[in-house]
Amino acid sequence: MTQDKLDRLEHEIGARLSGLTVERLADVLVVHVGLDNLVRTMTRLRDDIALDFKLFVDLAGVHYPDRKVPFELVYQLLSVHKNHRIRLKLPVDEGVLVPSVAGVWSCADWYEREAYDMFGILFSGHPDLRRILNDYDFHGYPLRKDFPVTGFVESRYDEKRGMLIKEPVRLEREDREPYRQSS
Amino acid sequence: MGMIEGAAQIGGEVANRGFLLTSADKLVNWARTSSMWPMTFGLACCAVEMMQAGASRYDLDRFGIVFRASPRQSDVIIVAGTVTYKMAPALRKLYDQMAEPRWVISMGSCANGGGYYHYGYSTVRGCDRIIPVDIYVPGCPPTAEALLYGILQLHKKIHRTNTLYSGWGESV
Repeated sequence: MTQDKLDRLEHEIGARLSGLTVERLADVLVVHVGLDNLVRTMTRLRDDIALDFKLFVDLAGVHYPDRKVPFELVYQLLSVHKNHRIRLKLPVDEGVLVPSVAGVWSCADWYEREAYDMFGILFSGHPDLRRILNDYDFHGYPLRKDFPVTGFVESRYDEKRGMLIKEPVRLEREDREPYRQSS
Repeated sequence: MGMIEGAAQIGGEVANRGFLLTSADKLVNWARTSSMWPMTFGLACCAVEMMQAGASRYDLDRFGIVFRASPRQSDVIIVAGTVTYKMAPALRKLYDQMAEPRWVISMGSCANGGGYYHYGYSTVRGCDRIIPVDIYVPGCPPTAEALLYGILQLHKKIHRTNTLYSGWGESV
């Protein structure tokens, strides 16, 4: 985005949405939002004719294990008509319910399921908060930094019982474990 | 024996006597290998190579291989790609639904042993943990030729089976 476009957008956001911290990067505005009024802010961003963020581009989770509030949600919005973008960041604590924006942009549904699946971030008011990528009975949240790369369980077919069973992970070649220091 | 001489010999016998003699097993194996319908089980990039093998250049049709989308109509399943734990129950169920005799070709590193994702949390470390595999085709992904070679190896394997006569009193 050009600088004068960024200026204008920063001005519009400042005039319409009070009490938000706006950080300006080289080519995008980053707005830090809180849990309160999240849905109201998002609805405003979508419906206000000067902002016009009709397209919900992405929602990503981030895990910062060293921070006091360890998780962060990053929303990316785009206005196709106005040709401008915005990024919103929302710090989320473990176990805190984040209001779902699936009612604002229906495509946010699957992104929120992904954030739940990978980070264990919970959303309130979501129509169907199931895991989306991993198996439904998967144990743990894979994109958390403390998650072991091999996971906890593996499944195989048991000939005697005639069914798939789950067992704790047992690597047959321990010496090729990827994060082990070679001696 | 080359194919041309073989065909000439068969033609000569038919012209000479009006019939052919063979063993029942050879006839059965010939029938089985001549129309092996694979179940399409493309899971990742290997599926693209499998499609190439099926397309006009390598043309699996000339081996009597026609891809089917139903396990009930299939003789062989080509596991082409990464099998995840979420996919594993579906893979097993489809295999169980196939009518016997049935064969399995494991195509590519991921299906053979997890491949690139061997240490991952969501990948089955080899589809032979889920279903019994007859032929492993190595490669990442294997070329269409490699898959074709694997299919021909499976033909060889089937030709070695003796379903009706396994040799009275002989060790097999």
